[in-house]
Amino acid sequence: MNQWEVVIGLETHAQLATVSKIFSGASTAFGADANTQACAVDLALPGVLPVLNKKAVDCAIRFGLAIGAKVAPKSVFARKNYFYPDLPKGYQISQFELPVVVGGQISFPVGSGEKAYEKQVKLTRAHLEEDAGKSLHEDFQGQSGIDLNRAGTPLLEIVTEPDMRSSDEAVAYARTLHALVRWIGICDGNMQEGSFRCDANVSVRRPGQPFGTRREIKNLNSFRFLKEAIDYEVQWQINEIEEGRAIQQATVLFDPDTGETRTMRTKEDAHDYRYFPDPDLLPLVIGADWIARVQGELPELPAQKRERFINELGLSAYDASTLTASQEIADYFESTVAVAGKASAKPCANWVMVDLAARLNKEGLEIAASPVSAAQLGGLIARIADTTISNNIAKKVFEALWTGEGASADEIIEKQGLKQITDTGAIEKLVDEVLAANPGNVAEFRAGKEKAFNALVGQVMKAAKGKANPQQVNDLLRQKLAG
Amino acid sequence: MSLTLEQVQRIAHLARVEVSESEALATQGQLNGIFELIEQMQAVDTRGVEPMAHAQDLSQRLRDDAVTEADRRAAYQSVAPETEAGLYLVPKVIE
Repeated sequence: MNQWEVVIGLETHAQLATVSKIFSGASTAFGADANTQACAVDLALPGVLPVLNKKAVDCAIRFGLAIGAKVAPKSVFARKNYFYPDLPKGYQISQFELPVVVGGQISFPVGSGEKAYEKQVKLTRAHLEEDAGKSLHEDFQGQSGIDLNRAGTPLLEIVTEPDMRSSDEAVAYARTLHALVRWIGICDGNMQEGSFRCDANVSVRRPGQPFGTRREIKNLNSFRFLKEAIDYEVQWQINEIEEGRAIQQATVLFDPDTGETRTMRTKEDAHDYRYFPDPDLLPLVIGADWIARVQGELPELPAQKRERFINELGLSAYDASTLTASQEIADYFESTVAVAGKASAKPCANWVMVDLAARLNKEGLEIAASPVSAAQLGGLIARIADTTISNNIAKKVFEALWTGEGASADEIIEKQGLKQITDTGAIEKLVDEVLAANPGNVAEFRAGKEKAFNALVGQVMKAAKGKANPQQVNDLLRQKLAG
Repeated sequence: MSLTLEQVQRIAHLARVEVSESEALATQGQLNGIFELIEQMQAVDTRGVEPMAHAQDLSQRLRDDAVTEADRRAAYQSVAPETEAGLYLVPKVIE
């Protein structure tokens, strides 16, 4: 494997979060009855004209700004001509020579632990286009059924340079892009419903040599399939070349059942689509004021937030990445810190990533639906920080918050009498009682058995119902046993 | 520049237009006439002239993102050759 270098570029179709289509006023809602959301424009009835959806352009600008790309002051819609029944016009309205977004880049960590590294992928372009309809081949004798509800749904096609060198990098890029489009609110990211799908251009070469011939794997709608398809394709190409066969440029499909890729069609040359500017649409002009307005509406981006979490809150790169995986997680974490205080940022991170995540996972809940609010968790962590309760008791209080036994950590601590005992006199009394009742342990400890000490600590904590300050118990016990 | 007969037949195939040999020859002549016109236009010095994407020097009008089209499937499908279960039926297409 080492003598081959893998070269991958991705094209991603992100369905834009509009309520109506890109060139018509038909609904884009998912799951409607066949063809009930296909209007005259989507059906390409004679005499109809497309009118561009402003929100779709807004989304494209948002994306361009989020990846540091150039938003073209003037871009042009073009017709991509091909014949297929789910494309009633005989062409897809897309952008060719002058796309709306040019350049930009996305950075992300790949791998974890010591082998983790930062990868940067350059983007070639992102352009607006319409989706096609859906063909159903199974149920009709000698015929295909066509549903045009999806025809005209706005898409942003996001194209990278061939910058990725492994399936892991490709998946890490796709995950980062997926998180980003959701973060900036331009795509719901629902992969089952086809809102986010990837095509992977894959080739292999000897290091230092020119690019090999690529094959394009179409329509990968899960990160797992993306990885499996690339891994299979790479191995297939290497075998072909090593057995003396040349790779033919082609479009292939991945079959998740067999884990194999198979040829769909040999790639038509780009000019076979006979692109030309669509005379039905005028150039799209985006002024500096429009860009400035969108810039003003853009939230803090995941990469910026991640930096801030590292620099301002002292989190590790790993924690900062995990907590910026989605806007919901980041918001929850920040609201928790706002209540618990910045000094407790690290414990807040641990509670959100470990205790809360495990509990949510167990119940199959998203963080937005957490029964314990960020303010409640922040209040709980504040009580750990000021030693009102120990970590162990905190877990009990967390569970009580989860099941709704109280509105706040303070209320539960008060009501259930969980406040930590820090009164030295009271602890001393317990220690004395335990020492008197366990002469065996005392003797063992004095004979050098450290284990016996732990047993005594356990006895004191038990007598205190877990509420004694563990540090004070330790100190007092040592004092008494030494004396 | 002029087109060969093979190029004409290839374009016809891409456009799914069936042309006979004699039609292809006639079309070749007509298309090459158009190419001559294009050649004349290309001879004009256009340095410093920004290319236009449209004959009208205007920019694209935009609409607000709102659903304005109601379901008219029954009306549209009443003129379709064949439908079933709300789907338009076409001769089977599988690559």
